[in-house]
Amino acid sequence: MSGFGLVYLFLIVAMVAADFRFATWEDLRVSLADERVRFSVWLSLITCTISAILSMWVAVPTGYVLARLGRDTIVQRFERRPFIRRVALTFRYLIDTLLDIPIVLPPLVVGISLLVLFQTPAGRWLDHSTRDFFSWLGFPGIRGITYEVPAVILGQFTVAAAFAVRTMRDTFEQIGDRPERVAFTLGASRFQAFSRVALPQAWRGGVAAFTLAWARSLGEFGPILIFAGTARMKTEVLSTTVYLNFQFGNLRGAVAASLILVTVAILVLILTRLVTLGGNLERGAVV
Amino acid sequence: MITLDRLTIHQGDFSLANISLTVPSGEYGILMGPTGCGKTTLLEAICGLRRISSGAILLDDQDVTGLAPSARQIGYVPQDVVLFPTMRVDQQIEFGLEVRKINSQTRSQRVQELADLLDIKAILRRYPHGLSGGEKQRVALARALSFRPRLLCLDEPLSALDDTTRNKLAELLRTVHQKERVTVLHITHNTAEAQELGTVHCRLENGEIVAA
Repeated sequence: MSGFGLVYLFLIVAMVAADFRFATWEDLRVSLADERVRFSVWLSLITCTISAILSMWVAVPTGYVLARLGRDTIVQRFERRPFIRRVALTFRYLIDTLLDIPIVLPPLVVGISLLVLFQTPAGRWLDHSTRDFFSWLGFPGIRGITYEVPAVILGQFTVAAAFAVRTMRDTFEQIGDRPERVAFTLGASRFQAFSRVALPQAWRGGVAAFTLAWARSLGEFGPILIFAGTARMKTEVLSTTVYLNFQFGNLRGAVAASLILVTVAILVLILTRLVTLGGNLERGAVV
Repeated sequence: MITLDRLTIHQGDFSLANISLTVPSGEYGILMGPTGCGKTTLLEAICGLRRISSGAILLDDQDVTGLAPSARQIGYVPQDVVLFPTMRVDQQIEFGLEVRKINSQTRSQRVQELADLLDIKAILRRYPHGLSGGEKQRVALARALSFRPRLLCLDEPLSALDDTTRNKLAELLRTVHQKERVTVLHITHNTAEAQELGTVHCRLENGEIVAA
């Protein structure tokens, strides 16, 4: 590890240690005794899980298609049709760039963009339809998307899915398409080759993508602040709790909430390491 | 019987033009040629894994040129075997039958039959990771034979093996060819191997097929 790497490592450890040093166990106990904080912890856990699941629904097929329709494949497929090749390559490049937008946009801009989107006629229609849907489901308290719990999930999902797509694309690229090509000769359809051969091989990448999406959702704040608001006991997640406590001058409360956030994040990271590094190594190994 | 009728393949700057070749039913065809002459490209085109520019591929007089790889009934053993790392050996062999929706009893019977033939009974429950080179080749062979293909394409199956394993596997290939009565197209650049196994010989040289 380089000297700069050691400095960076020290910075991470020092930040966490400073948090733990600043807040006492009493601060943590008081925080966790607060009904509003407990609500934000639960809402964070639930919304992050839903966002991560939704992200995987998008990331697995999208990552797979992007990996299998790489530059070389397009060049090879349209070798004798230069115009179509150019169009296909441009289209591929455009999709890649579009998928990167949520990663490079400032989080507040993502929130504002979502808010503006849901002010359009189509957005309003979706908002009303969501309200009707939740009423039908027996949750009349959820009155649409904007400034409601679905806005928290959508704000988290918009950014988290982009990271998950990148991870799944890299995973499928790394696996390569040769096992699938052999599966074709054995009689498998494209879907069978994907679901029976490629997907099981991508499980480690899948766990990594899910964790990344989950962790990213947990830390998401900008889009939630703008698009879901900071209503206590309604759309308040842990990152919002930190902000609200800080905003009202309760630095100890803010640090205590941060510590809960850090602890949850570390637990998830440890769990992921155990899942991906432990278990049956034979099954994931490349032959 | 496999017939290639004036097959032309373009791949970047490389191309094979007007390749014609016939291996009669039940024969063991050997295709020789120096490294980089396009043997693997030709084999992949036969299996449907590579686009061809013109010409036709006939299997038992049926034109399979436009068929998807899954519909050709061709067993393929690539040079690097490419076993599925997440499947046990028995699951790999069953795969070709499972996607054809063959019932489990018939599948089990076929797995046992091939395990006996290829002497891989002891490793049926193992994953590919940790198998020896010879074991991997035999598993890949069993997997390609599982659905009783009309043609078995072997891409340098003995090239990465030590002498003892190589001799054993060559003997096994001969037995498999006799017992399964399958037409074989075997690619190699080893003359001794070609003489030992082949009943029909040809050579790919400078983009042309010549009798060996």
